[in-house]
Amino acid sequence: MSNPVILITGALTGIGRATALGFAKIGARLVVSGRRPAEGKALEVELQRLGAEAVFVQADVRHDEEVRRLIDQTVARFGRLDAAVNVAGTEGQPGLIVNQTAESYAATFDTNVLGTLLSLKHELRVMTAQKSGSIINISSTYGHEGAAYASVYSASKHAVEGFTKSAALEAASSGVRVNAVAPGPTDTGMLDRFTGTPENKAALVSGVPLGRVGKPADIAQMIEFLASDAASFVTGQIVSVDGGKSAG
Amino acid sequence: MTTQSNLQGKTALVTGGSRGIGRATALALGQAGAQVIVHYGSAEKEAAAVVAEIRNAGGKAEKIAADLRTADGPHLLAERVRAIIGDRLDILVANAGISKAASIAETKVEDFDALFAVNVRAPYFLVQQLLPVMCKGSSVILLSSLAAHAAVGNLSAYSATKGAIDTLVKHFASALGERGIRVNAVAPGVVPTEMSIFTKTDAGRDYTLGMQALKRLAAPEEIAAAITFLASDQARWITGDTLRVDGGSKL
Repeated sequence: MSNPVILITGALTGIGRATALGFAKIGARLVVSGRRPAEGKALEVELQRLGAEAVFVQADVRHDEEVRRLIDQTVARFGRLDAAVNVAGTEGQPGLIVNQTAESYAATFDTNVLGTLLSLKHELRVMTAQKSGSIINISSTYGHEGAAYASVYSASKHAVEGFTKSAALEAASSGVRVNAVAPGPTDTGMLDRFTGTPENKAALVSGVPLGRVGKPADIAQMIEFLASDAASFVTGQIVSVDGGKSAG
Repeated sequence: MTTQSNLQGKTALVTGGSRGIGRATALALGQAGAQVIVHYGSAEKEAAAVVAEIRNAGGKAEKIAADLRTADGPHLLAERVRAIIGDRLDILVANAGISKAASIAETKVEDFDALFAVNVRAPYFLVQQLLPVMCKGSSVILLSSLAAHAAVGNLSAYSATKGAIDTLVKHFASALGERGIRVNAVAPGVVPTEMSIFTKTDAGRDYTLGMQALKRLAAPEEIAAAITFLASDQARWITGDTLRVDGGSKL
């Protein structure tokens, strides 16, 4: 398929941004979404300069009506939706379980879990009707491992993996595939906030067999693969892209 | 939408490259520009046809025979490969494998040993023997199976060999990461090849589709596409992983 229509939530920074730039280079038509209009407009212009047909749509994935509008505007603009990449996510407020609150839980789960549910809901509405499509969620190594000091984030990413497999089962009969990418430590603003100091970040590398943290573009390549026809028989999978971190 | 992997200038070995998934993989790697060594056990005519198809499309390919059932088979194969490609192997796809359905009660010691010899010992020592010519950026892909993750068919001994592959992937990836060598596996579901001839029966087809989310049989080319992706530099931060390409089986 040439010039596929791709939607990316959480597109303004990190993995979402690298994914948008990667798809722009292979001729995709793009809807990039996020909460901050100034940055969104700047990304839209940057993607257009790369030759891509691209539009920024402001949306907060925590609100059903905003996600509905995002998906409807995508279809209104481009007539279809070939792949959706649900990157919008937050690290929340890392810390010991004994210090967590209903508020810190909600701050993480509203974006990572409710946001994934609402994105899937409206993306599947369009894709099952058109009988094709590929959805890629973003999990984490912590989506299937525990994480001291990041329990709420870890639990939220476990939920993303549950949604991914269940959505794959619900959507398969319509020819729609749903997978997740589970990045290891990736060089983004989120990792900087997570680790706090350059020393902490450098220490992470010792646990990665390939000896470096990931680049957002490394993750984007797997997302491109899962979106493409090359992955036509891959569904319901959680694919680790982590330099070997989870292999030990 | 397709993503085109570029393997121009790379060297590749595909064991069991004459038929089924191996054949599709050899052709896909050749099409992406790699020089492909097509290993075969006994199917010389089929291997020659794969080589001819790659060459006719403007690619480079050779065939090599080796008996991977024998203890020194991997060593002899590695020697022959090195004689052709010289000092650099970029891609190793250890695809050659055998399968034998039998209940626990019926499984014979000699069949058990043959399964482990071809499916586990051979890839292990092939990796060992080819390590001197692998370098930063080299990619090893082993073949696992859905059977390693779920009890399907009367395949307990075969499935144990594939479980061993998933374990080796993690250990190889961890040990070879500092040299920049990546090691991953692809785990197909039931693919209609000569090895899974039962998919040609109604009962076999129903059984397969019954456990898959996607209600159609796989094509060998779909497994080859995943192997080709893992072989490419697009997968440069992926190691130690088993990628299931099984239509969402047993989710």
